[in-house]
Amino acid sequence: MRLEYPSNIKIIRIPCTGKLDIIHILRAFEKGADGVYAVGCLEGSCQFNNGNIRSRKRIEQAKKLLDTIGVGGERVAMYNLSSGEGTHFASYAKEMNEKIQKIGPNPIKLAKKRMAA
Amino acid sequence: MIIADKKPIEEIIEAIKDYKKILILGCNECVTVCEAGGKKEVEILASALRMYFLNQSKDVKIDEKTLERQCDHEYLEEIRNTVENYDSILSLACGVGVQFTAEKYHSTPVFPGVNTCFLGATEERGVWVERCQACGKCILASTGGICPVSRCAKRILNGPCGGSSKGKCEINKDLACAWQLIIDRLKALGKLDEYEKITPIKDWSTDRAGGPRKVIREDVKQ
Ligand code: SF4
Repeated sequence: MRLEYPSNIKIIRIPCTGKLDIIHILRAFEKGADGVYAVGCLEGSCQFNNGNIRSRKRIEQAKKLLDTIGVGGERVAMYNLSSGEGTHFASYAKEMNEKIQKIGPNPIKLAKKRMAA
Repeated sequence: MIIADKKPIEEIIEAIKDYKKILILGCNECVTVCEAGGKKEVEILASALRMYFLNQSKDVKIDEKTLERQCDHEYLEEIRNTVENYDSILSLACGVGVQFTAEKYHSTPVFPGVNTCFLGATEERGVWVERCQACGKCILASTGGICPVSRCAKRILNGPCGGSSKGKCEINKDLACAWQLIIDRLKALGKLDEYEKITPIKDWSTDRAGGPRKVIREDVKQ
């Protein structure tokens, strides 16, 4: 298909989105990521039954936590698609990228620079 | 096990906001199982607090450590040499752990990171239910293994009360009436004659009515 998606997105492969934990999301922000999103299988078709449901719950928890600490919960998202939906993969990547570009840089990254100066 | 629940992060921030070197201390026992204060929760809280303070342009050092237990001297001793590096400890152990830590390290303020709730069991992941009130004189032998002290809203010993309806307790239609459960269980065990016996007034002096309690075992004491 040779579809393009924004080059500033780093893909981290995990065996199932059920492996994703809140701490992985938080660490990404601590390290300066501007946004984090998980792409899992469609709900109801997880090979491990409910990995993507767990992931969605963790994304929700991370959202709340990030809102509370002033980083912004809107910087995290969960998308679902089937393995054959490459076009969706690319369009979700663009959508997320546009959203994050609009929100602006991760305040933690800015704070680190501020503190170092 | 002891069931605890996470405190809202806002409350935690309010308690520790003026400190600069904070040790978040988890516990590997009950609070790990009920997902309130184990290594995972310590990591998440530490990361969130680090980001919170950074965002406020505050230079706060936050370290993480999870002990095997916080209710035993030997494990608490593990932080003896490092505790002086901190101006406060945020303990994610139950109230016992928080107090034991505070007793041991007099000059370091210790804050609780969880609300200690009750003695209970895991009904399913994410659902913990109360099963014991540690009344100090177990009566489960005569109640078919179901505890009216912890599971009956009125803690009555000769139930059910008049509020029991269709197997549910009057305080909440989703709550099983403990006495209905006891009767059903005794019936299944063929021991309804136990139910006929009047239970005398309970000696509550072994409960909190007798003040803080202590168990002394001369056979194992050193
Ligand atoms: S309805 Fe049952 S559980 Fe509720 S208070 Fe009465 S006896 Fe206790």
